[in-house]
Amino acid sequence: MYPKQEVVAMLLAGGQGSRLGVLTQKLAKPAVPFGGKYRIIDFPLSNCVNSGIDAVGVLTQYQPLVLNEYIGSGQPWDLDGNNSGVSVLSPYQQVKGADWYSGTANAIYQNINYIDRYNPDYVVILSGDHIYKMDYSKMIAAHKENNADCTIAVIDVPLAEASRFGIMNTNPDGSVYEFEEKPAHPKSTNASMGIYVFSYDKLRQYLIEDEETEGSSHDFGKDILPKMLDDGLRMFAYEFQGYWKDVGTIDSLWESNMDLLDPNVPLDLTDESWKIYSRNPVVPPQYIAEGASVQNSLIADGCSISGSVDFSVLFSNVVVKPGAVVQDSIIMPGSVIEEGAVVQYAIVSENTVIGKNAVVGARPETIEDKDKWGIAVIGDNLVVGAGAKIAPKEMVSKNVEGVEE
Amino acid sequence: MRGNNIMGIIFANLHENLISELTEVRIMGAVPFGGKYRLIDFPLSNMVNSGINKVGVITKSNYQSIMDHVGNGKAWDLSRKQGGLFILPPFTDKSEYSNRMTTLNSILPFLRNSTQEYVVISDCDTVCNIDYQDVCRKHLANNADITLVYKRDVLPEKLHDPAILSFDSRSKVIDVLIKKDVSGACSYYMNMMFIKRELLIELVDNCISRNTLNFKRDIIQGKYKELNIYGYEFKGFSPMITSITDYFNANMALMDPEVRADLFNSDNPIYTKVRDDMPTKYGLGSKVKNSLIANGCNIEGEVENCILFKGVHIGKNTKVSNCVIMQDTKIGADGNLSYVIVDKDVTFKNERTIVGYVSRPVYISKGSVV
Repeated sequence: MYPKQEVVAMLLAGGQGSRLGVLTQKLAKPAVPFGGKYRIIDFPLSNCVNSGIDAVGVLTQYQPLVLNEYIGSGQPWDLDGNNSGVSVLSPYQQVKGADWYSGTANAIYQNINYIDRYNPDYVVILSGDHIYKMDYSKMIAAHKENNADCTIAVIDVPLAEASRFGIMNTNPDGSVYEFEEKPAHPKSTNASMGIYVFSYDKLRQYLIEDEETEGSSHDFGKDILPKMLDDGLRMFAYEFQGYWKDVGTIDSLWESNMDLLDPNVPLDLTDESWKIYSRNPVVPPQYIAEGASVQNSLIADGCSISGSVDFSVLFSNVVVKPGAVVQDSIIMPGSVIEEGAVVQYAIVSENTVIGKNAVVGARPETIEDKDKWGIAVIGDNLVVGAGAKIAPKEMVSKNVEGVEE
Repeated sequence: MRGNNIMGIIFANLHENLISELTEVRIMGAVPFGGKYRLIDFPLSNMVNSGINKVGVITKSNYQSIMDHVGNGKAWDLSRKQGGLFILPPFTDKSEYSNRMTTLNSILPFLRNSTQEYVVISDCDTVCNIDYQDVCRKHLANNADITLVYKRDVLPEKLHDPAILSFDSRSKVIDVLIKKDVSGACSYYMNMMFIKRELLIELVDNCISRNTLNFKRDIIQGKYKELNIYGYEFKGFSPMITSITDYFNANMALMDPEVRADLFNSDNPIYTKVRDDMPTKYGLGSKVKNSLIANGCNIEGEVENCILFKGVHIGKNTKVSNCVIMQDTKIGADGNLSYVIVDKDVTFKNERTIVGYVSRPVYISKGSVV
């Protein structure tokens, strides 16, 4: 018998994140490194703990090894309680057969047993691919105050971008009267953040009904929410103010990392009252050598910098050798930038070596055809040979031969 | 049984008087070192990396900081059902922690209740990365009763009651002098020993019943003729912290890549308590050279030849050189610090200048406002 939890959070972490290409070849999107020492999932997990949510189910499916190992017992997030904490929920075999999670709603449906044992009043649905700090307890308080069945977190987006999101059209009291998925002509700019609070009795009922509905894609946005709206349930939008970014693409992942370097961006990771927890590698402090130049960058412990680093985010154990230049780039744990190499506007994944005098990426102003410019991405555990040249926007998944000089 | 047949005892509480500034608010083992560590991290990690999974930590008084640091031992993988970490403060009225011998006598029940055959005893006054498995191998090969870890070097000036060892060709101890006036290099005991647990219990019991209570004089010097006492020379980086200058120099030695490769050997890492700081932020116009910097710092000024602990802020146009600055100290704008050791949580307002000298760095105490 488990003690009752008023709130249970369910974190959807099974997505492949195919738009991140080589970065998610071997790991699920929520496990992608972010911000010099974090993985994306540290943000929703830390938000849960800081919001007082003690029971968190993490739904995994695609390439779960790294993610499972990272979450482990949940201890780094204080999510290793005796009767609560984090539980990794992967698809499993049942009496009537074995199924993969066929949609976001189906993934929750398959884990109704997990939720039931806590007998919660509310369930929070989260996704594992957003960077933001949010107090879910305020959203739950609003949900209670509105006597709502479902509350959807929304953020104000520029009108020009609104057609990329699910848009909530609301009455003056905040209740939702219409939900449009990626509308061509949006009526408002309230974009759904993919964060929902449900009263559990209603959610449970709709999940079971949806499962029996033929032709349903078992998706919250496409099936559950429209059905609830049709049935006249009390649905409210909850407006979130603050930094929020979907890091599902190479460009947005790069931008969001760079946002950490901008003092004007409201994403403060030094706030003692809202810490972002993570697993910490056992490494000595970072060393900045004589002759190094480091400007406007974020650098993690274990790094050794002898070259020049500018507007970049470096994860633990990165080595930048003398004469190497790293600008406007993200270098993930354990990668080495050899002497004379130049890395600009690039993401270099873990444990990769960029050989001597190699050139990766380029500054946008040096490229005439703007369509050919973009962030260069190098996969993990690769070697880019000495003197090799990787063009902007290129995505490298195999070793690159060096160039004889 | 998991782990090996060795247990560890760490004296976290000795030698404080040698660095009285740093130990005003903490015991020796809790003295911050190297940007993110405390001195106890080194013996504790060395023991864990050597396969030891039962460690007793001796503390006498003022042990809040060490308790806070080691917690349940999780960071060292010492939060265990079998073995693990044991904090051994005195049992009021029944214990006497007046010196090493009486302390060991007070923890005899802990030693008696253990099952490991051997004990490694270490103090917290040496920063090094030593493999006790190797000490154990030599101990067994020599069929020794006691193996003393020693170093061949010039004696640290302020080392208290140094035990100078002489050996035969097989490293067996043939003389022990306890004196300070030695010129040139000598072999001195590093306050680390390897001994059979039952022998340790017997020796301590004996000394207590005869009221011969000086561990070095009555065991090491008193018994080398009747017991097989051998030396184990440790050749790696291993400064002993016997003065504030030693402390400063040992920190500064970390700028040498070979020293870091030796001390922070990635096969035998040094563990410490985790604090979830974000990576360090280097601002526009920051200038950093030859410095060891921990996560969570925010650097807008100039930093040269410095150790910065977690959460240190260096303001705009401020220059710090040859300093050791402990965690969460905030230095305002337009300042200048040179040869200064700044303890935790110090606040420097704007335009502060403090200059020490290489042989006598200035010390600023914990929590002060300058």
